[in-house]
Amino acid sequence: MTTLPNNHYVDDAPYDPDEDIKSLDRPDLDAPSWQLIWRKFKRHKLGLWSGIFLLLAYLSLPFVGFLVPYTPNERNADHLYAAPQMVRLFHDGTFIGPYVYPITAEADLENFRWNYVEDRENPARLEYFCKGDDYNFLGLFRAETHLFCAPEGATVFLWGADRLGRDIFSRIFYGAQLSLTVGLIGITVSFILGITIGGLAGYFGGRTDWGVQRVIEVLRSLPELPLWLALSAAVPSHWGPMAVFFVISIILGLLDWPGLARAVRSKFLALREEEFVRAAEMMGAKPNRIIRKHLLPNFASHLIASAMLSIPAMILGETALSFLGLGLRAPAVSWGVMLNDAQNLASIEIYPWTAIPMLPVIVVVLAFNFLGDGLRDSLDPYSDH
Amino acid sequence: MKEAMIKRDTRMNAETTPLLQVNDLSIGFGDQPPIITDVNFSIDRGETLALVGESGSGKTITCRSLLRVLPRSAVIHSGTAVFDPKASAPVDLFSLSEKELRDVRGDRISMIFQEPMHSLSPLHRIGHQVAEVLTLHRGHSRASAKAEVVEKFRRVGFVDPERAFAAYPFELSGGMRQRAMIAMAMIARPELLIADEPTTALDVTTQAQVLELIKGLQEETGMAVIFVTHDLGVVANIADQVCVLRKGRVMESGPTDIVIGAPAHGYTRKLLAAAPAIPHSAQPSAARPVVDPILQLEGINKTFVSRAGSFFGKRREVQAVKNVSLTVERGKTFAIVGESGSGKSTVANIALGATAADEGGAIRYWPEKGALPVDVAHLDKSERQAFQREAQMVFQDPFSSLSPRMQIIDILTEPLRIHGIGTRKEQRERAAELLEKVGLDKNMLRRFPHAFSGGQRQRLSIARALALNPSLLVCDEPTSALDLSVQKQVLELLEGIRDDFGLSYLFISHDLAVVARIADEVAVMRQGQIVEQAAPDVLFTAPRHPYTKALIAACLEADVSQKINLQTVALGAGDPHTWPEAYAMQGSSLPPLVETEPGHLVRVNP
Repeated sequence: MTTLPNNHYVDDAPYDPDEDIKSLDRPDLDAPSWQLIWRKFKRHKLGLWSGIFLLLAYLSLPFVGFLVPYTPNERNADHLYAAPQMVRLFHDGTFIGPYVYPITAEADLENFRWNYVEDRENPARLEYFCKGDDYNFLGLFRAETHLFCAPEGATVFLWGADRLGRDIFSRIFYGAQLSLTVGLIGITVSFILGITIGGLAGYFGGRTDWGVQRVIEVLRSLPELPLWLALSAAVPSHWGPMAVFFVISIILGLLDWPGLARAVRSKFLALREEEFVRAAEMMGAKPNRIIRKHLLPNFASHLIASAMLSIPAMILGETALSFLGLGLRAPAVSWGVMLNDAQNLASIEIYPWTAIPMLPVIVVVLAFNFLGDGLRDSLDPYSDH
Repeated sequence: MKEAMIKRDTRMNAETTPLLQVNDLSIGFGDQPPIITDVNFSIDRGETLALVGESGSGKTITCRSLLRVLPRSAVIHSGTAVFDPKASAPVDLFSLSEKELRDVRGDRISMIFQEPMHSLSPLHRIGHQVAEVLTLHRGHSRASAKAEVVEKFRRVGFVDPERAFAAYPFELSGGMRQRAMIAMAMIARPELLIADEPTTALDVTTQAQVLELIKGLQEETGMAVIFVTHDLGVVANIADQVCVLRKGRVMESGPTDIVIGAPAHGYTRKLLAAAPAIPHSAQPSAARPVVDPILQLEGINKTFVSRAGSFFGKRREVQAVKNVSLTVERGKTFAIVGESGSGKSTVANIALGATAADEGGAIRYWPEKGALPVDVAHLDKSERQAFQREAQMVFQDPFSSLSPRMQIIDILTEPLRIHGIGTRKEQRERAAELLEKVGLDKNMLRRFPHAFSGGQRQRLSIARALALNPSLLVCDEPTSALDLSVQKQVLELLEGIRDDFGLSYLFISHDLAVVARIADEVAVMRQGQIVEQAAPDVLFTAPRHPYTKALIAACLEADVSQKINLQTVALGAGDPHTWPEAYAMQGSSLPPLVETEPGHLVRVNP
C-alpha cells in the first residue's frame, strides 16, 4: 500500500495493463449446458434425493414380482382384514434375525369384526429367495422366487391385508407399475401435443397464436373432474384392464397439454427475440433449421422441468378416477383401485391400514414436485449465485 | 459480534470524523474466495465519492453491502462501516440488527438504482410510493405527506407535479422515472445518498440533466453522495473523491483532480486512455462527393402498426423512420447516431432487408464498383442468398448473440453450413482462421460461449459475421454493452479488419465519442429523421443543429476542467417544437434537410 500526500492511495500489488485476451474469462462455465445444469442441480439436495428415489422406484418396477412376498390377487381367506405385522429382530432377548409372530383370526361377534391374535410363543423367521406364488418375470417367463416370504403356517402382511385377504404391501408395489407409468404415457401425449401446438402458436404468431390461445382458455375453463368422468364413462365396459389403462392415460394427456403449450409458446416467443436467433435468420437460416438448432436445444431443459411438474397431476388424476370407480378396474391393481376399497368410512375406521395406498401417492407426488423444482432452479446455469 | 454502538466520547473531534468510514471490507459468495477484498474508503459530509470500476469490479456489491441489500448467498466476511449521522451516535452498519437497519434505510441513507423501471412498483401510483417513506419514517399524515411529495416533485423537475403524483411508472419516460426515484430517495432528507449507476440506462442528454439535478440537490441539502459508475466522464463532472475498483480491490483512491488529472496506478491510466473523446479542434476537411457507393437508402419510411393488445382493437400507427436517405461509401464507415427511440436500429434492419420498409423508398446495393445495383427490398430467393453473403450484422449484446448450447466451432461454421460452403474440414479451418483474425486463439474452438468475457464474445460475434467474407457490415451498437477498456479494443479490431479486408460499415451508436473515432460520415437522427449529417470533423467542430450541439455538450469527458453546458443540452434535447425557430418543428414536420455547405446537411429553414 502506498499513501501519497492528499489522501491519495495507490495499490502497489503488481498490475499488468495488457491482459491476455486469449485467456478464458470463466473457465468454470466452459462446459455443455447439461453439465452445468447437473452441477447446479447437485447442490439442490431435496431435488437430488427425490430424483434418486424416483429413479429407484422406476427401476424397480419390472422386478416387483420378485421384491414382494405375495402376488397382487393372491387371496388369503383366513386373514381377511389382517392387521399389519411387525418384523422383529430379538425374541426373548436373543437375536434371531428378522421374524414375525404368526397371527390367527378371531371373530368378534359383538362388533362384527375380525381380531387378530399373535402367537408370541412361535416366532416365524422370514425366509429368503423362497418359493411363493408364481408371477411373470419381466414379462418373459414364469418365476416363483420371492426376495422374502413367511414360512409355512405364518403370513407376512407388513401393511395389513384388505377385505379379500390380499397383502396391501405387495399390492402397493404392483399398483406402482400402473400408477407410475400412467404419468409417463400421459406426459408423452401431452408433450407431443403441447410442443406441436405451442410451437406453431409461438412461431407463426398472429392469428394462429390467437386461435390457439382461445382454445387453451376454453379447455382450461372446463371443470376437470366432470370432464374426466365423461370421457372415461365413454370407455366401453367390456374392454380389458390394459386397454382401459391406455385410454385413461391418453385422456389425462389430452387434457394436460394446454399448460405445456403455453410454456412452449412463451419460451418460443422469448427465444425468437434473442440475438443469436436473429443472427441465424440474417445468415439465411431457414425456419426449420432455426427451430431445430437454436430454439429446441435452448428450451429442452425447460420442457423437462415442466414435464416433471405435470406428472404428479397425472398420477393424482388416475388415482382420483380409479377411486371413483371410473378409471382402472379390478383385476388391474393401481393405487386408485386400492383406495376404491377404502371408500367405506366404517372400514377405514376399523381397518385404517386399507388407506395406506395414500402414502405412496403423497410421497411420489412430492418427490416429483421437489425434482421439478430442483430442475427448474438449475435451468439457468449461467447466472452466478 | 462487534460493538454496535461506538461511544461518542471516544472520538477525537466530532467535526473531522467522516460521515461514513468503511474499513477492510471483504465480501464473498458462500464459501468461495472473497470477491471484495480489503476495501477502504471514507466520505465526508456534503462530499461526493465516486466508486469507479468496470463490470465485475464489485462496485455495486460494495455499495449495496452498506445497506445490506445483497444477493442471498453473499456474506460480509469482515470489515466495518461506521456511519456517523448528526442526530445520533455513530453506528457500525454491518453490526446493526435488521430492525435497527430498517430505521437507517430510506431515512438516514437512501439509495437509487440503475433501472428506474424495475425499482418502482408498477401497481402503485408514483406519489404514493414516494410518500410511503414519509409515513413510515416520519409519521406524516397522508395529506401532509402528499404536500411534501408534490413540492419535491416540483424540485426534481416535474412540470406538473400533481399529475406526476397520480401517475403510474409506465406513464413516465426513463428520465422522468429516475427523477421520481431521486425524489423518493431525497424525500426524507437523508444524510447519505447511494446512487448505483443512476444514469447508465439513460440517454446522454437525460444523463446530463439528471446529474445536474443530483448536484443541485446536494448543494441544497448538504448530503453526501456515493456515486457508483463505470464512466470516468461522470466522475470528472460530479465527484470530489474517487475510488477506483478492480476485481474487488481498490486500485487507487483520492481527490478527483489528482486521480483523474495525474493518475498514479496503471489501471487508472488505462481506463483514462480508453475513454473516448470528441475531438475539440480539427481542421474540417473538404467534402468529397461519393464516387463508389456500396449501399444507398433513398426516401426510406417505416411505419409500425400495433394492434393495441386486442384482436378486435384499433390499429395504432407509429412512424419510426421518416424519409431517411443515406449513402455508404465502399471501404468507409457511415455512422448513425441517436438516442433511444430515434429509429437508428430500424434503419440498420431495413438496410439489411431484415425489416421491410414502407413502399416508396429504394435500397440499392452495389456488389462491386460500377456494377448494376441490387434492389434489396425486392430480392428473389437466390439474390437474397447472395446478398446475405455480402452483408452481415454485428449485434449489440454479446451475451445474447451467441447460442449458449453451441460450441464456438459450431457458431463459427454455421454460416458456412447454411450456405453449403466447403467441406467439414475446410469449414473447421476457416473457423480457426477467423478466430485468429479477431485476436483469439484457435484452441478455443471447442469452448462454450459462456466461458468468455463480454469483449471476447463480441470478437466471436464479429468473427461469425466475417465467416461469409462479406463486404458490408452493419454494426448495431457493437460496443455499447462493453466496458470502456474493452470497447476501445473492439473498436481497434473493427478498424483493423475494415482496412485489411476493405469492408464498409454502417455503424449505429448512441455515443458520439465512439463514432468520432471510427466514422467517415456521421448522421444524427432524432425521432426517425436525420437532423444533421456531415463528416465527423465538421460535425464536431462546427455543429449547426441544436440537437447535435446538445449531444456534443452532453458528452462527459474524463477531464476535470470540462464541465457540462446544461443550457445547450436542455435546449437541444427538448421538444422539437421548442428548438430555435429556424430548426423548430412546425405542426408535425421538421424543416427540410438542406446542404448548408458542401457535404454538410442540416434540417433547417433556408
